[in-house]
Amino acid sequence: MSKMVEVKDIQFEYKNNTEENNEEQSTLAINDVTVTVEPGEFVVVIGHNGSGKSTLAKHMNALLLPTKGDVLVKGLNTKDEENIWEIRQNAGMVFQNPDNQLVATIVEEDVAFGPENLGVEPKEIHRRVEEALNIVDMLEYRGKAPHLLSGGQKQRIAIAGVIAMRPNCIIFDEPTAMLDPSGRKEVINTIKKLNKEENITIVHITHFMEEAVDADRVIVMEQGEIVLQGKPKEVFSKVESLKKLGLDVPQMTDLANELIKEGINLPQDILTVDEMVMKLCQLK
Amino acid sequence: MSIKIENLTYVYNPGSPFETKALDNVNVEIEAGEFIGLIGHTGSGKSTLTQHLNGLIKPTSGKIIINDTDITNQSVKLRDIRKKVGLVFQYPEHQLFEETIYKDIAFGPLNLGLSESEVEERVKDAMEFVKLPFDELKDRSPFELSGGQRRRVAIAGVFAMRPEVLILDEPTAGLDPRTRDELLEEIKSLHSRYKNTVILVSHSMEDIAKLVDRIIVMHKGKVALLGQPREVFKEVETLESIGLGVPQISYLIRDLKQKGIELREDIFTVEEAKAEILKWIRGNKNA
Repeated sequence: MSKMVEVKDIQFEYKNNTEENNEEQSTLAINDVTVTVEPGEFVVVIGHNGSGKSTLAKHMNALLLPTKGDVLVKGLNTKDEENIWEIRQNAGMVFQNPDNQLVATIVEEDVAFGPENLGVEPKEIHRRVEEALNIVDMLEYRGKAPHLLSGGQKQRIAIAGVIAMRPNCIIFDEPTAMLDPSGRKEVINTIKKLNKEENITIVHITHFMEEAVDADRVIVMEQGEIVLQGKPKEVFSKVESLKKLGLDVPQMTDLANELIKEGINLPQDILTVDEMVMKLCQLK
Repeated sequence: MSIKIENLTYVYNPGSPFETKALDNVNVEIEAGEFIGLIGHTGSGKSTLTQHLNGLIKPTSGKIIINDTDITNQSVKLRDIRKKVGLVFQYPEHQLFEETIYKDIAFGPLNLGLSESEVEERVKDAMEFVKLPFDELKDRSPFELSGGQRRRVAIAGVFAMRPEVLILDEPTAGLDPRTRDELLEEIKSLHSRYKNTVILVSHSMEDIAKLVDRIIVMHKGKVALLGQPREVFKEVETLESIGLGVPQISYLIRDLKQKGIELREDIFTVEEAKAEILKWIRGNKNA
């Protein structure tokens, strides 16, 4: 089976002209990154602000083109302009601010916007909208105005709008950053469901380490480079190096690490409350 | 500055099909110099409440008494309230507008009618609090900065007003963990220097647990819980039923207790949990 996304040794350079002395400064936002996302995979990308994670994500559906190297989405090169429509249909994107992503005044019209632009038959659009709203569990809100919904609900409508395009892959750029805890839970559960039940490949960018616990793979970015990657348990057990990068580890991993330092016999890769309870009870 | 909120009720869109009671008979007293955490899910009324405190919204009924002055009274000048009660909105960096960082931070103090030298001193001081180097940045455009730094400029603009009550509406939303910790540290150091009253609106139970003296939990326009963190975070079921969580550590302690392990219940930081679990394990071995 072909790869979902292949990022081959890319660089991305921002140019900023400083007005005063007219000299051109360039910043490497991505520096020699190579990464492959397999079909059906659930990948979480973490890293602090300015580490290049959003820039990387925007390369995965041709919103940005690499200055050097190539990005292939389902084998299609993002540099080839003819591929752009097919790439965007294959790899949808959901952004941080739900208010910036909704375009229509009625929920179902908003979800229909994407497929309409693809030239899908009206009957088929109808079917897709219903299906998409059903998946994000928002069908009963189909006739409502988006601005009266909560943040989590709006974000689920944005996700439905992407699903209605039938993508193989969805890239989430901090979709939970502006939401309250229950909104966050709604969105995360929806993302997990898309991955497990609809077999959609997920690339999820976040600052919340707890959201990375169930991923197949965690990628840590720093200064435009990938500095760590692996299964959540492998990545998060490196407590000290993550903290040095200014990142959190899940609190349970942090606690386990502290207890191990005190000579308590615990595994280093505890991520969740349940695991911690189990391991501590075995010490009894 | 003390704040006394008495029977505060606010109705949005009264008389229309969208009529909503955003605040329903709220009664809260906050003492001068307290550090308060305000939590509640979206739509619980916490933003409506904070907007009342500096007169952005007038109550439908009820009173807000700040240092013996009822600010809902018609004769009170809003200007005077806003000198004393500073409000940092969500995503305050969207409100930057000046050409230079200095001018942006100086805008408020200048409008207070302070002298040039006094304004400069305040800008310097505010920039120091948010860890922005004055000489290097004062003449730069705020729009050249990173998101985290732009937020610091916006917050410095409110700090420079030296408000006696400082309200921050989710100041760390969207920031990475390091910037978040630094910013919270800066707010805390401001509070310990000026002993001003701080109200922090946040969704992060872990941050709230680390910082505040008391927590106000809002739900459906009412105060659902009010007390010290160790009291409030014990109410795991109540908090969950209104769509909020507790710090991860509180869940751990609850689950361990359910397994019959005797631990103190009022624990919510990693350090406390470590100490308590060590005590338990070592106690076990000696037994």
